[in-house]
Amino acid sequence: MLAPKLDSPRFWTLTIVGAAGFIALWSAAALSGLTTRAFLPAPWDVLLRFAQLVVEPFAGFTLLQHLWSSFQRFGIGFVLAVVVGIPLGLLMAWFRWVDRFVTPAFEAVRFVAPIAWVPFAALWFGTGIGGPVLIIFMGAFPPVLINTYRGAKQVDRKYIEASQMLGASSLRSMTQVLLPAAVPSIVAGLRISAGLGWQSLVGAELIVASSGVGYLMVKGQASVSTATVMSGMIAIGVVGIGIDIALRRVQQWIEDRRGG
Amino acid sequence: MISVRRFATLGCTLLALGVVLLVWQLLTAATGWISPNTFPAPLEVVNALRQIGGEGYANAALYEHVLRSVLLVTMGFVVASTIGVALGLAMGASRTVEALANPVFLLLRPIPPLAWIPLAIVWLGLGDAAKIMVIFFAAFVPSVINSFTGVRQIERPIFEASAMLGVSGVRYWREVLIPGALPSIFTGLRLSLQAAWTTLVAAELVGAVAGLGQILNQASQDIYPAMIVVGMASVAVCGWLMTLGLGWIETRVMPWKPR
Repeated sequence: MLAPKLDSPRFWTLTIVGAAGFIALWSAAALSGLTTRAFLPAPWDVLLRFAQLVVEPFAGFTLLQHLWSSFQRFGIGFVLAVVVGIPLGLLMAWFRWVDRFVTPAFEAVRFVAPIAWVPFAALWFGTGIGGPVLIIFMGAFPPVLINTYRGAKQVDRKYIEASQMLGASSLRSMTQVLLPAAVPSIVAGLRISAGLGWQSLVGAELIVASSGVGYLMVKGQASVSTATVMSGMIAIGVVGIGIDIALRRVQQWIEDRRGG
Repeated sequence: MISVRRFATLGCTLLALGVVLLVWQLLTAATGWISPNTFPAPLEVVNALRQIGGEGYANAALYEHVLRSVLLVTMGFVVASTIGVALGLAMGASRTVEALANPVFLLLRPIPPLAWIPLAIVWLGLGDAAKIMVIFFAAFVPSVINSFTGVRQIERPIFEASAMLGVSGVRYWREVLIPGALPSIFTGLRLSLQAAWTTLVAAELVGAVAGLGQILNQASQDIYPAMIVVGMASVAVCGWLMTLGLGWIETRVMPWKPR
């Protein structure tokens, strides 16, 4: 039988023991002298470095400026994925021939990992903004398309028949019957796609970029500064969580509205 | 009897493929609207494939690149998912383990797999060890999360029945916890495998002696678009085949699951 929930003080004791154990182990390894502090910094070294990066420029910009340029790229790629993905998903759900035509090509492209687009991104756009945007798009596009399509396919047949009987055109049926019904599925897809897009962006910046958090990490790696690399990882993680929380809010808001 | 609809779908698929190839050839080789330096013509891709299959490219023939990448991913994936599933199941089964492991796990969880690459290079260099570390972290997180939720999603009556029947110890794990969590475990494994594969390709792009990412890297430096397409197609086909393989194992392990 699964044990009942731990009572609150016991849970917190164990949580603190777990966290403290991890930090103690890390600190001990860093201070043991087996490696240099540059190779394995102590936890507080990383925090100090993080604070320093916020204030002082590294690799051309401060941490916040790097984050901002990453976020801009992410925004453009994500918006593109949404703007292409949702209409295409609706078209595929409404017209069978579009579905049959697009699906094979889409399935073939989907299996190419977004990061494998890096060579073409470099070839087509150099170090311009287009390269990272292409890679984010490739990461973020599939979930939007798939979820729009699935959501639109699950619409109750009755509504489609009713709208057709009332003489709605294909366009109106798609925008006023399929789209509203597919919204929950689309928003779920947006959350997945934002996560994948953000991940792909970081990978892209490791290779083709001259600013951004990924670039900051590459520079940190080149100067064997583990603390800088770890600061980058923290920044990426925090922004990733932030994006997810924001989209979860949107999802909640939409669900509340629809429920009421 | 083959239904007419399936036949029509197949026809449309072939037609789409044909049209894509035709337009592709027209835009590149036939009219030259797209310069061969930005995107290759279909025939060039075939030639690149011949070249890498025969004499090799970027230090090795295609099968050697594939073998190297697939072996690395398999090794990293097996190690990471074994440890990950075990930890996830333990966290699911015991509230104490959950409370102990959760803080560390919450720290690791939001870090995207690709973000481990610079750290792995600082610590372990450009060799295989760094790749295995990166694959490990990529594959570890999804397998822990899904094994954990798998145990927690087992329905209460099953726990109650097993408790009433006095199932405990090894039997409890083998006959209640693990089978109950299996569907979710496999969801996690599929995500793990995908993450591991993507991450390996990225790590090889950053630096490697051989491997599919190295094909892409070399082709990118040589401005050899046809070889880039060959590399991308190899990444896709290998990823697809490995996912299929995992799906096959899934049906073997869970014969009761409706398809």
